Amino acid sequence: MSADVVAGHRRTRKFVPDRDVPDWRGRYEPYDLAKEFLVALLVVVVLVAGLAVLFGSPDDKPVTIKSWSTADAVDFATTAITELDGSSGTATYGPPYNLNGDAQSIGPIAPAKWLGVHHPIDTANDYVLGPLSTLTDDPATRAALVRYEAASPAQQASWTAAYEKAVASAKFTGGELVVPQGNYGPVGVLISSLTSMARSGALDGALLSSRQFYGTDYTKPLLFIADGQYLATLASNQHLAGEQWGMMNETGSYPGQAWLWLYTLWYQVPPANTSDNGDIQVFAFMIGLTLLLALVPFIPGLRSIPRWSRIYRLIWRNHYREIEHPSRGSDPPTSPPRSEDTAREPVPV
Amino acid sequence: MPAITLVFGTMFGSLIDLNRPGHYVHWGFIQMSYANLLVIVLMLLVFVAAILIPFKTHRDKRADR
Amino acid sequence: MTVLDPKVERPDQADLDKAADRPEDADQWTARIRHTAVEALPPQRLLPDRQPAYVASWIYVFGVATVAALLVVIATGLVLAVMGPNWWHVSSTGLFVNSLHLWSVEVFFFAMVVHLWGKFFMAAWRGKRRATWITGVVSFLVSVGAAFTGYLSQQNFDSQWISTQAKDGINSTGAGAIFNVTNFGQMLMWHIVLLPLCVIALVGVHVLMVRLRGVVPPFAADDETPDGSQGSVDGPAEVSA
Repeated sequence: MSADVVAGHRRTRKFVPDRDVPDWRGRYEPYDLAKEFLVALLVVVVLVAGLAVLFGSPDDKPVTIKSWSTADAVDFATTAITELDGSSGTATYGPPYNLNGDAQSIGPIAPAKWLGVHHPIDTANDYVLGPLSTLTDDPATRAALVRYEAASPAQQASWTAAYEKAVASAKFTGGELVVPQGNYGPVGVLISSLTSMARSGALDGALLSSRQFYGTDYTKPLLFIADGQYLATLASNQHLAGEQWGMMNETGSYPGQAWLWLYTLWYQVPPANTSDNGDIQVFAFMIGLTLLLALVPFIPGLRSIPRWSRIYRLIWRNHYREIEHPSRGSDPPTSPPRSEDTAREPVPV
Repeated sequence: MPAITLVFGTMFGSLIDLNRPGHYVHWGFIQMSYANLLVIVLMLLVFVAAILIPFKTHRDKRADR
Repeated sequence: MTVLDPKVERPDQADLDKAADRPEDADQWTARIRHTAVEALPPQRLLPDRQPAYVASWIYVFGVATVAALLVVIATGLVLAVMGPNWWHVSSTGLFVNSLHLWSVEVFFFAMVVHLWGKFFMAAWRGKRRATWITGVVSFLVSVGAAFTGYLSQQNFDSQWISTQAKDGINSTGAGAIFNVTNFGQMLMWHIVLLPLCVIALVGVHVLMVRLRGVVPPFAADDETPDGSQGSVDGPAEVSA
């Protein structure tokens, strides 16, 4: 019983048809919920089994650093030099990986910046110099490492800039990377050696187990692979890229996540489709729309759409037929009372 | 190979191979896979059907007898 | 070890049940919780065998269909858990169970969306049912999250692409500091432990709320008012709050 009744008086407020509904005092019919549930379960099981037998499920093999560098050694080398000189996507990402880039923001709101670096990645050491230092039986690589690390930052930058320009027109022939001649210092040896390490499969292992034997965190190798073009090209071929509404899609011809249609839509239109802060803008917008959906019951106008649309007249047509045209012998539902109390089901007698 | 693997592999390998490249509808800035479009169209059809198809209550079944 | 003496009279189970409801124990927390729960949801309301006459449309089956699909998602997920995350990549039986899991998720979202549309056009939040609506929307969102972590746990090309793309959206909110989509171990545990528990709890509360409040009655008919006279679809002019 509400506190108002206990206090001996009732507050009254205006009846709003989109918010309130009188108690049901009309007819009840037998309705077997348990049977309904079991039938629904049977139907779902048969439907799901049928779909699984008909269509199966996709399982495209993952890209490894080995498969990437084997399929496209030049793309691998092009990515590796940007990791070394700190110009790759990961190297310049900013939080949560490093502080070399700006976090996305909306005005003064920059939550990634506030939370800072939580998964530190130093691309030069983590992706290039660190793994190469494990090749203890390769004197040429060890010498190149020593020379590179002993050089000044300005000298290192000069070598890497020159190599980055040249590697775009490199070729991989005879089992080695062939880069046009230039003054790259030890960088040529470093990148060639890393490419061989990648093609052998050793780099996959080195990146995963760099901190511990039992790794389940694939952040480092995944970000390295994603910095290249190879993964993105494979994805684009399968219509999975962002600008292809890829968030909704699945590999092959399988249905994907149709329920993400509204989230991915905002990435296709201004401002998010061109803005550096596109992700946080879309997220903010989606939080707003989600709150609208959750709070529909409180929003005048929005909560009136069901009544205005009159689709309810189709759903409850039997009920309205009984009220508006009661036939002889039928029990029309009695008029509901003024109270806004919760409908309570009668105790069977 | 264990028998159960053979049974499932043979009987329940997918009959229709959806691992081939999909087809996409391009409509203005909207791009959608045939599969997703089919799912959405089916949702709408099922919604309309659920509202329109008569539902026999206990009373209707009694009246039929 | 004591042996029960068949000659000694023991109290009936019914007597024991009555003894558990003594007025002098009514102040106990246990007794209060039991009284509140039983008063709110007595057995005949928890599992009613009757529904208001207006519950007569196929649209009403989509809620229970969603719950049924969720059960199949969980059951197939349990089988995948028994054999471990690598099984479905190396076994055709495992691939079939994975297919069952994937398609049950598709059926789950299909039924949930049709249920959402139905409940929207019935304005099912009316009559103190706003919390039912809100728990439904939150269940939808958490389910999307559960499905998302499932896609991330596939350990194949799809999960590689999804994780390296989704990281940008999630990192932009700051959540990437904790919720690392490229961390397979973490995403798998969110998918098989944390998010299923949240979905089950939310769906449970949602269904209990439907039982508590009953299925929402129709809008008043065009010429109906509560006292039977000609009037408007708006119902009574005033209502007790």
